[in-house]
Amino acid sequence: MPLYHNEDQAMLAETAQQFMGEEGAIGKQLRHWRDRECKDGFGHDLWKQMAEMGFTGVLVPEADGGLGMGHVEAGIVLEEIGRNLTPSPFLTSSVMAATALSAAGDDARGRWLPGLVSGDSVFAVAIDEGPKHRPERIATKAERSGNGFKLSGKKDFVLYGASADMIVVAARTSGSDTDEQGITLFAVPKDAAGVGHNSVRLVDSSMASHLRLDQVELDGDAVIGEVDGGREVLGRMLDAGRVGAAAEGVGVARGAMDMTIDYLKQRKQFGKLIGEFQVLQHRAAHLYSEVEIARAVVIKAQQLLDAGSENASLMASVAKAKVGKAAGLAVKEGVQMHGGIGMTDEYDIGLYMKRDRALAEFMGDVHYHADRVARMSGY
Amino acid sequence: MSDLDAFRSETRAWLEANCPPEMRQPVRDDEDVYWGGRNATFKSDAQRAWFEACRDKGYTVPSWPKEYGGAGLSPAEAKVLREEMAAIGARPPLSSFGIWMLGPALLHFGTEEQKKYFLNQIARGEIRWCQGYSEPGSGSDLVSLQTFGEDKGDHWVVNGQKIWTSYADKADWIFCLVRTDKANKYQGITFMLYDMATPGVSTKPILLISGNSPFCETFFDDVKVPKSYGEGIPAYVGEINRGWDVAKYLLGHEREMISGADSSERGAGIGAALSRNAGGELDPVLRAELAMFDVDALAFSAMGEKFLDEIKVGKTHPAYPNMMKYAGTELNKRRHELLMAAGGSTALEWDSEETRGGAAPRAWLRTKANSIEGGTSEVMLGVVAKRILELPGA
Ligand SMILES: Cc1cc2nc3c(=O)[nH]c(=O)nc-3n(C[C@H](O)[C@H](O)[C@H](O)COP(=O)(O)OP(=O)(O)OC[C@H]3O[C@@H](n4cnc5c(N)ncnc54)[C@H](O)[C@@H]3O)c2cc1C
Ligand SMILES: Cc1cc2nc3c(=O)[nH]c(=O)nc-3n(C[C@H](O)[C@H](O)[C@H](O)COP(=O)(O)OP(=O)(O)OC[C@H]3O[C@@H](n4cnc5c(N)ncnc54)[C@H](O)[C@@H]3O)c2cc1C
Repeated sequence: MPLYHNEDQAMLAETAQQFMGEEGAIGKQLRHWRDRECKDGFGHDLWKQMAEMGFTGVLVPEADGGLGMGHVEAGIVLEEIGRNLTPSPFLTSSVMAATALSAAGDDARGRWLPGLVSGDSVFAVAIDEGPKHRPERIATKAERSGNGFKLSGKKDFVLYGASADMIVVAARTSGSDTDEQGITLFAVPKDAAGVGHNSVRLVDSSMASHLRLDQVELDGDAVIGEVDGGREVLGRMLDAGRVGAAAEGVGVARGAMDMTIDYLKQRKQFGKLIGEFQVLQHRAAHLYSEVEIARAVVIKAQQLLDAGSENASLMASVAKAKVGKAAGLAVKEGVQMHGGIGMTDEYDIGLYMKRDRALAEFMGDVHYHADRVARMSGY
Repeated sequence: MSDLDAFRSETRAWLEANCPPEMRQPVRDDEDVYWGGRNATFKSDAQRAWFEACRDKGYTVPSWPKEYGGAGLSPAEAKVLREEMAAIGARPPLSSFGIWMLGPALLHFGTEEQKKYFLNQIARGEIRWCQGYSEPGSGSDLVSLQTFGEDKGDHWVVNGQKIWTSYADKADWIFCLVRTDKANKYQGITFMLYDMATPGVSTKPILLISGNSPFCETFFDDVKVPKSYGEGIPAYVGEINRGWDVAKYLLGHEREMISGADSSERGAGIGAALSRNAGGELDPVLRAELAMFDVDALAFSAMGEKFLDEIKVGKTHPAYPNMMKYAGTELNKRRHELLMAAGGSTALEWDSEETRGGAAPRAWLRTKANSIEGGTSEVMLGVVAKRILELPGA
C-alpha cells in the first residue's frame, strides 16, 4: 500500500479539515469552553455534529451502525482535531473504546455502540494508576461476586472520565500487580454505585478524573473480551490509542509549525522580516523535516494496524515516540520564535504548547515508547 | 494486483537461482562493490556471476527502458524487485555514478541517439564516470565556477581545476561543468562529457581523514573536447550554456541517493545488534540513546518509503530531496557515532586484521562527508526554508 492517502481518504481529509477548521476552531471551542470553565471541557453540540458527519462511528463496523473504516481514516479526523486543538472525546470514545468494544459480545455492543454513533454517548478509558503510563502494572481488582464482579481500586488520568457515560476499565481478575495475564476489561456504566470522580482541569483545559472504584458491582456482561485474557484486547486498544494520539500530535505539530512560519513571514525586526535570518530559517527547516518524518511513520503505523500486521505494535510505539519528539520541538520553537508575544494568552501558540504536553503524556511519553521499542527489539 | 504477485514470485525464483550466497552479505568496504569501467576487476567469481546475470536481465538499472539496457520495470515492479533484493540482503550488482547521476540526467535531457549510446554503456558497466562539479573556489556556491571552455568551432579547449572529484583516478570519463560564457552566470555553463584519457587531463589524489583516498584534484590543461561523438550524439547534455539546469536536476538525484531513502540499512534500528555484541551489557544511558536512535531510524525508513511512493505519482515538492538528504545524512552520522560508542576500544583499532583494517573507524570518519558532499546540510536547510517553507530572502 503506498504511504499516502487514496482518493477517498483525501476527500475525507478535505471534509474533516473544513469541518474542524470551522466548527472545531480554537475560538469557537477550546477558548470558548475554557473561558466558561466548562466542567466537561468540551461541547456536546460539537460531539453531536461530529456524529452527523459520521466521524464518531468511523471505527465502528457497519453491522453495528458505523462506517467500518480504519485507523488511517480515524487518524485523518484526529489530525484535524489536533491542528485546531478541538476538545472532544473522539480519541477515547471513537478510537480507544470503540476498538475495545469490537471484542465485546452482542449485548455490550448493542448497548453502547448506538450511543457512540449517534453522538449521544461519550466513553472514557481507565488504565493508568499513577502519574506515568504503566499499563504493565495493573492493581485495580475485580473479584467475582455472584454472576458478576466487584471492582475496587483507583485510576488516574481518565480523560473526560466525569463526563463519560461508560468507562472502559482495565482490572486484575487474577495474579499479582505486574503479571502479564490475569487482566480483564470491563465496561463500567457512569451510574454504577461506587464510582467516584475527582475531576480536575489539566494544563490544556481538558478535564481528567482521578477515578475511585469502591466495590463497584457489575454484571457478567460488563466484561469485554475474555476474563483473565484481557491483555490482548487491552493491547489492541492501547495500540489504537498510541497511533491515534500520534495522529493528533501530528496535527498539533503542524498547527504550531504553520502558525510559526506565518509569523516569521510577517514580523519585522532590525528592518527585516525575521524569516530572513538564517538561524531561524535553518531551525524552521529542521523542524519541518522532523514533522514530515513524524507524519510518515504515523501513516505507516496506521496502515500496519489496519492490515493487522505483526509489526503494528512496534510501529505504534515508534510513531508515538517520534511524534512526541517532533511535536515537542514544534511547540517549543513556536513559542520561542514568536518572541514575547508567544508568551501571551491572547496568542494561540501557547495553547499548542499546553495541548502538546498533555498529549505527550497520554498513552505513554517519548521515553516510555522508546524503551518499549528497545524491549520489543530485544534489548 | 495478481500480475504483481506473479512478478514477485518470478523475481524471487530468479534471485534464488542467480544471486550467489556470497553476494547476500552486507557490503563491508569498497572492494565488496563492483564499479565497472575499462580497468575493472572482479573481486570474486561470485561478484562477476552476479553482475553478469543482472546485466543480462537489465537489473543493473531495472527501471530504465529496455532499449537503453534496463529491464523496463514499472515503478511498482521496481519496488517489488527492491523489496525482494532487500529480503535476501542482495548486494547491488553494480555501483556507479553513471547509474545514479548521469543516467537520470541523460534520460531527461539526452537526445535519442545519445541515450542509446551512453546509457547502454552505463547499464553494462563499461564506462566508469566521475563528477566534475566542485572547484577550489566553488563548493556550496557552485555557480561561481571558473573552469573555462574556449569555443573553437567543432571543439572546446578546456582549462581549469576541479576538486573533490570522487574516483577521478579510477574513472574513464567525466561529466563536467564548464563555463562557456563568462558574461552570463547561470546561463553560461555547459554540461560536458569527455574521456579522462584525453591529453591535458591529470589527477592528484587527496588523502581523507579516514586514511582513504578516493578523491582527487583534477586538472585540465588545454584539454580538447569535441562537440560531438557522432550523428545525434553531442558531447554535452541539454543545450550549450544551459548546463546549470542539467546540473540542478542531477543534484536532485544525487541528494536522493545520498539520503539513503532507498536503502534498507539506513532505516534499520541498530540497538538489538549492538546489545548482542555487548553481551546484553549496554550502559543504560547508551541503551537509551540507541532506543532514541532506533525510533528516529525506523521513522526515517517510513519517510523514505513514503518519499519514493510519492515521487512515483508526482506528489513531492521538487525541493523535497533536499530535506531527505539533510535528514538522512544527519541520521547516518549519528548511527556511526553510536557504532563507535558501542564498539569501545575495538572500534579504535585502525589496521588490525580482526577489525578488517579498522573498518568501523574509517566508515565513521567517512560518514562525516555525508553532510558535505552533494551540498552541505546548511545549504539543504536553506533550500528547504526558501523553496518549501517560502521564507523570505534570497
Ligand atoms: C515575560 C516577559 C517579561 C518581560 N518584561 C519586560 C519588561 O519588564 N520591560 C521591557 O521593556 N520588556 C520586557 N519584556 C520584553 C522582552 O524584552 C522582549 O520580548 C524581547 O526583547 C524580545 O522581543 P520581541 O518579543 O519583540 O520578539 P522579536 O524581537 O519579535 O523576536 C521574535 C523572534 O525572532 C528572533 N529574532 C529577532 N531578531 C533576530 C535576529 N537579528 N537574529 C535572529 N533571530 C532574531 C527572536 O529571537 C525571536 O525568536 C518581557 C517579555 C516577556 C516575555
Ligand atoms: C567525500 C566527498 C566527496 C565529494 N565528491 C565530489 C565529487 O565527486 N564531485 C564534485 O564535484 N564534488 C564532490 N565533492 C565536493 C562537495 O560537493 C563540496 O565539498 C560541497 O559542495 C561543499 O563545498 P566546499 O567544500 O567548498 O565547502 P564551502 O562551500 O566552502 O562550505 C564551508 C562551510 O560553510 C557553509 N556554508 C557555505 N555556504 C553557506 C550558506 N550559504 N549558508 C550557510 N552555510 C554555508 C557550509 O555548509 C560548510 O559548513 C565531494 C566532497 C566530499 C567531502
